[in-house]
Amino acid sequence: MTTRFFGAPVKRNEDRKLLTGQALFIDDVELPGMLHAAFLRSQAAHARIARIDVSRALQRPGVVAVYTADDYGDYWQRGPLLVPPPPIPGSVFNLRTQVPLAKDKVRHVGEPLAVVVAESRYIAEDALDDIDVDLEPLPAVIDLEAALRPGSALVHDDLGSNVSAHVHQSKGDYRAAAANAHLVIKRRFAYEHGISSTIETRGVVAHWEARSQHMTIWDTTQAPVFVRNGLAAVLGLGERQVRVIAPFVGGGFGPKIMMFYPEEVALPWISMRLNRPVKWIEDRLEHFFATTHERGQIHDAEIAVAHDGRILGVKDVFLHDGGAYDPYGLTVPINSQCTLLGPYVVPAYDSTFTAVFTNLPIVTPYRGAGRQHGVFVIERLLDLAAHELNIDPAEIRRRNLIPADAFPYKNGIIYQDFSVLEYDSGNYEPVLDQALQAIDYSGFRQEQEKLRAQGRHVGIGIACYVEGTGIGPYEGAKVQVQANGKVSVATGIGTQGQGHFTSFAQIVADQLGVDVTDVDIVTGDTDQFYWGAGTFASRGAVVAGNAVNEASRAVRQKALKLASDAFECAEEDLVLADGKISIVGIPEKFLSLGELARRANPMRGAVKPGTEPGLESTQYFGPPSGATANGVHAMIVEVDPDTFDIRILKYVVVHDCGTVINPLILEGQIHGGVAQGIGNAFYEKLVFDDQGQLLNASLADYLLPTALDVPRMQLGHTVTPSPLNPLGIKGAGEAGAIPVGPLFAQAIEDALQLKEKNVELLEIPLSPSRIFELIKASVP
Amino acid sequence: MKPAPFKYIAASSLDHALSLKAEHGDEARFLAGGQSLVPAMNFRLARPAVVIDINGLDDLAGIDHGPTIRVGALTRYCALEQDNGFLRSCPLFADALPHIAHPQIRNRGTIGGNLSHADPASELPAVAVAMEARMRLKSAGGERQLATSEFFQGSLTTDLAADEMLVDVEFPALPPLSGSCFMEVARRRGDFAIAGVAAIVTLDTEGRYAKVRLALCGVGETPFDASEAAASLIGEPCTDRPIKAAAAAIQAAIEPAGNVHASADYQRHLAGVLAQRAIRTAYQRAANAA
Amino acid sequence: MQPDRHEISVSVNGTPYRRSIESRMLLSDFLRHDLLLAGTHVGCEHGVCGACTVLLDGAPIRSCLMLAVQANGHELSTIEGLASNAGELSPVQKAMHDHHGLQCGYCTPGILMTMTAFLKQNPQPSEDEVREVLSGNLCRCTGYQHIVDAMMAAAQAMRAAAP
Ligand SMILES: Cc1cc2nc3c(=O)[nH]c(=O)nc-3n(C[C@H](O)[C@H](O)[C@H](O)COP(=O)(O)OP(=O)(O)OC[C@H]3O[C@@H](n4cnc5c(N)ncnc54)[C@H](O)[C@@H]3O)c2cc1C
Ligand code: FES
Ligand code: FES
Repeated sequence: MTTRFFGAPVKRNEDRKLLTGQALFIDDVELPGMLHAAFLRSQAAHARIARIDVSRALQRPGVVAVYTADDYGDYWQRGPLLVPPPPIPGSVFNLRTQVPLAKDKVRHVGEPLAVVVAESRYIAEDALDDIDVDLEPLPAVIDLEAALRPGSALVHDDLGSNVSAHVHQSKGDYRAAAANAHLVIKRRFAYEHGISSTIETRGVVAHWEARSQHMTIWDTTQAPVFVRNGLAAVLGLGERQVRVIAPFVGGGFGPKIMMFYPEEVALPWISMRLNRPVKWIEDRLEHFFATTHERGQIHDAEIAVAHDGRILGVKDVFLHDGGAYDPYGLTVPINSQCTLLGPYVVPAYDSTFTAVFTNLPIVTPYRGAGRQHGVFVIERLLDLAAHELNIDPAEIRRRNLIPADAFPYKNGIIYQDFSVLEYDSGNYEPVLDQALQAIDYSGFRQEQEKLRAQGRHVGIGIACYVEGTGIGPYEGAKVQVQANGKVSVATGIGTQGQGHFTSFAQIVADQLGVDVTDVDIVTGDTDQFYWGAGTFASRGAVVAGNAVNEASRAVRQKALKLASDAFECAEEDLVLADGKISIVGIPEKFLSLGELARRANPMRGAVKPGTEPGLESTQYFGPPSGATANGVHAMIVEVDPDTFDIRILKYVVVHDCGTVINPLILEGQIHGGVAQGIGNAFYEKLVFDDQGQLLNASLADYLLPTALDVPRMQLGHTVTPSPLNPLGIKGAGEAGAIPVGPLFAQAIEDALQLKEKNVELLEIPLSPSRIFELIKASVP
Repeated sequence: MKPAPFKYIAASSLDHALSLKAEHGDEARFLAGGQSLVPAMNFRLARPAVVIDINGLDDLAGIDHGPTIRVGALTRYCALEQDNGFLRSCPLFADALPHIAHPQIRNRGTIGGNLSHADPASELPAVAVAMEARMRLKSAGGERQLATSEFFQGSLTTDLAADEMLVDVEFPALPPLSGSCFMEVARRRGDFAIAGVAAIVTLDTEGRYAKVRLALCGVGETPFDASEAAASLIGEPCTDRPIKAAAAAIQAAIEPAGNVHASADYQRHLAGVLAQRAIRTAYQRAANAA
Repeated sequence: MQPDRHEISVSVNGTPYRRSIESRMLLSDFLRHDLLLAGTHVGCEHGVCGACTVLLDGAPIRSCLMLAVQANGHELSTIEGLASNAGELSPVQKAMHDHHGLQCGYCTPGILMTMTAFLKQNPQPSEDEVREVLSGNLCRCTGYQHIVDAMMAAAQAMRAAAP
């Protein structure tokens, strides 16, 4: 096989549709007779529902139906547990998943109470005002520590406490490590991650066709196959009666895999009841409450180090805000717990977390999925240790990196995919070196002196991370050569801009000797591909990509076999290129792939036993465990010492995500991740009051970074292939976003020489106002 | 996020618009650029029964370059940005306009809509205060002209009566030997100010402060006229001490409330920092003009 | 209350349309759901994200902050009108493709419209100027760098092509 396309910066196949306004997004689905839904959402974070009266709403012209939880009858079921907790001895997990419409009680602002169906969204919104709701307010559970004190109000009354989960994991003997340490540093860290805030919100269109007894659901989901299976079951339909289509989706980043959202449950049911297609498009205001968040953790962490800065052990006890329900099991906090270990040798680790129910929207993974929180803690602990020991921050990191000959490296604790956390491959020091060189680390220190003398406040930061990617269970792909010579590929994952239409096509094009533009990828349509899990945990390229590779290889074998029969020669004497197979040295003697496809489906004669018709193959790939990518970010920032506003002067990312399919697409993933990381570190903050009301539910006040806030980035990479898959790839979807918080804290501390003022930045997000307040608080 | 129903009327003349407003009073809203009204309607925070579209009233748009500069209420930000004569006579606008939202919004938003909306974090009310602007209000019954101190009554509140329209704003020409400066701190480009300062400094022939006009946005319920707090500068040379003293006086005079982006203390701190910077720059510009 | 309806005529990408609409219909909804020109996207309906940006008489505006009835008698341009009739991409579209300036593509219509108008008036922008104008369009996927690269390249291509 030649690799003409694999590894090349191939331009994307999907662009043309998107650039000309011809791509189908959810709100572009228009069906005759379609109705529109709007949800009445709770204004209170915690309240008992005394009464809902929809009679006035039903009288409004244009309103077709209004439903509350009572109307659902047996259809009213709690959502499924999406990720069962890994079998960690002694762990506690209290399962309380979300409900399709609130009954008895509301548990967060925005939880839906009723749904209006009308001839237009405008009328549906009018009718929301006609619904009379009596809510008897209950004390809201917002503060994580207060939530665990005896006597706290309870999010789930039957549970007797607000504990969603409690998990302890350890390796080595932390107590002994601390006893022998040269220095033990202990701090409290607060890290809040924000919301995905995709520019396209969520949406569902459901179309029940009574005549054919068939349901079509368009859904902005990252996991269409799961949605089909789950909805078919609750609707009492066979899976073949339900088709779920994830059309072009305007960004995912995690929350679009959550299921079932109340709207996903409601719309198909409504369509069956009314026998008409129904559409619901989340508006931006709803998005702040109705789409899942990622939020805060509070860590009480300590590090034990030797005099030379070597880590002897880390202890961490943390609280995790899970929101009102926990359909995602332990995924987010366990990612924090595992990712905290980073690229470092940590001989002893003792980590305990408590996930807490609060009267706030549900927390599920959002790009990074808890990894940021853990990385912040370890990176900040290392900075503090470096300062105390008078070691350079880059040097203390170098001294602790896992050496190249230690892979595969076992970390001794259990990861979200149920397996023992093991780093498959890696070579960390060159990544650090390359980053230091790119940012001119040593040169900067001299420059900094000069600039300080001119009254300018510049600082540098450097942060390392690892990222577990590409976990199982599996994905599949069907590759099919069509009679016109074009290749069609179907997989079960959904795609939200990651470039799968191109990267998968590159894999196929090389195997089958066709042009990338002759490969047509279908993702996210359950009628095109039946099985799969979804796009999450940076796994699309790794898992589905390898399935595509396996299937194309099988098709290649079939094609060569057919051609060798036709030419009556050995397969070794054939070349497959430019969409045809010819005999070596006799290019004029060839069969096109299209012709072979036709011959693979003969009109006469029998298909031989053990063979199948068609030039196609379906293959599956499931990695034994996740592949671990790693990287280093470095940044130089200038801070205005009076306004505390910042300007990023230089930003460097060096990373290793194994073999690269398409460097252009990879760059885009990194850029986008860093932009979200910058948002998280310095701009985006969900501000709740003590009643659980979100005070900044608009894009004017929830600040997504703009083109002026995200700097030009300089990227570098090294390649350590993963041994866990034949292509050697590791995921890259989340890496850009992960280490930006500690980088900001470190660089801003350096710029303002905060250590000298006894000011430590131990929280994210930061902001000019917050930095001002922290400095003010430190001045007696 | 769709607006509640309303009756839409495109006004065919100023008189038509005013008589409609007289008829419908508080139930009706003028629709100018729509860049504040329509988002409020989409969130259903505003639910006017009648929307009177004044965008067809060409007479309301335009800039008169007389002894005073008169700007029609319907003049859009983009028209102000593109009128070099206007920016020369009212240089505070050259500094302030780029801070207002983004080009797409400046292509629609109007000066009259901005001032009538009276967002205390908006740039232009502070600019108007610093420039001692006078606002002309008309109703079917008559007209009156107000100083900014009379016009701005509170957060999103003006002295406009239910039947009145703001028709134009007059800016007196700056005295000779004047320089001005607007600066602000916002979280991102185009966001409303956490704190902003508009300063106009007029020098005497010795290079001392003869007159200082200073106004702040973002730090109170209305644009804050800080000229009195800065009056200690009059007669002083441009040295650090009097500027710092004036800034301290301003910090003591304002009552910022804090918001989701900034604590009240940070806003007060910024007010002092920005006042000093703006006064210095305005002074420099005045000196350069001399 | 009876819906308040109005008859309007608009031209979109050179094609005239006449429709009766309710006064509260947003221009963005009108384009997308009445005229079925769904290439214009909606991300926030309060003027911040920029996805809905279209050209009104040649100038970029937020279509979510304008009532459709206000567009009566005006000319609109949308993403559907950027490529030539023969399907050839405009320089801005092409540069976005060449530089991987889009991922999910949801913000793309607004960015194309904003930047098409901007580059027409500013054929030789600096990177800072491009970023300044782009700051009115939010993109959650790309981190903007490839978009900025695309705009610098598009400006150059447009200059080279200009007579
Ligand atoms: C994303 C975004 C960011 C923004 N950022 C900023 C910013 O940083 N700084 C800033 O200052 N503004 C900002 N704005 C608001 C913008 O400047 C508005 O244009 C302005 O506040 C209102 O002007 P308008 O012409 O659009 O008025 P409209 O929205 O049409 O009207 C506003 C109000 O004034 C009334 N009104 C309008 N004209 C008159 C009149 N002549 N007489 C009496 N009443 C009248 C209306 O009835 C309405 O109540 C932003 C807007 C958006 C969407
Ligand atoms: S939808 Fe119009 S600006 Fe976001
Ligand atoms: S490409 Fe997805 S929002 Fe810009």
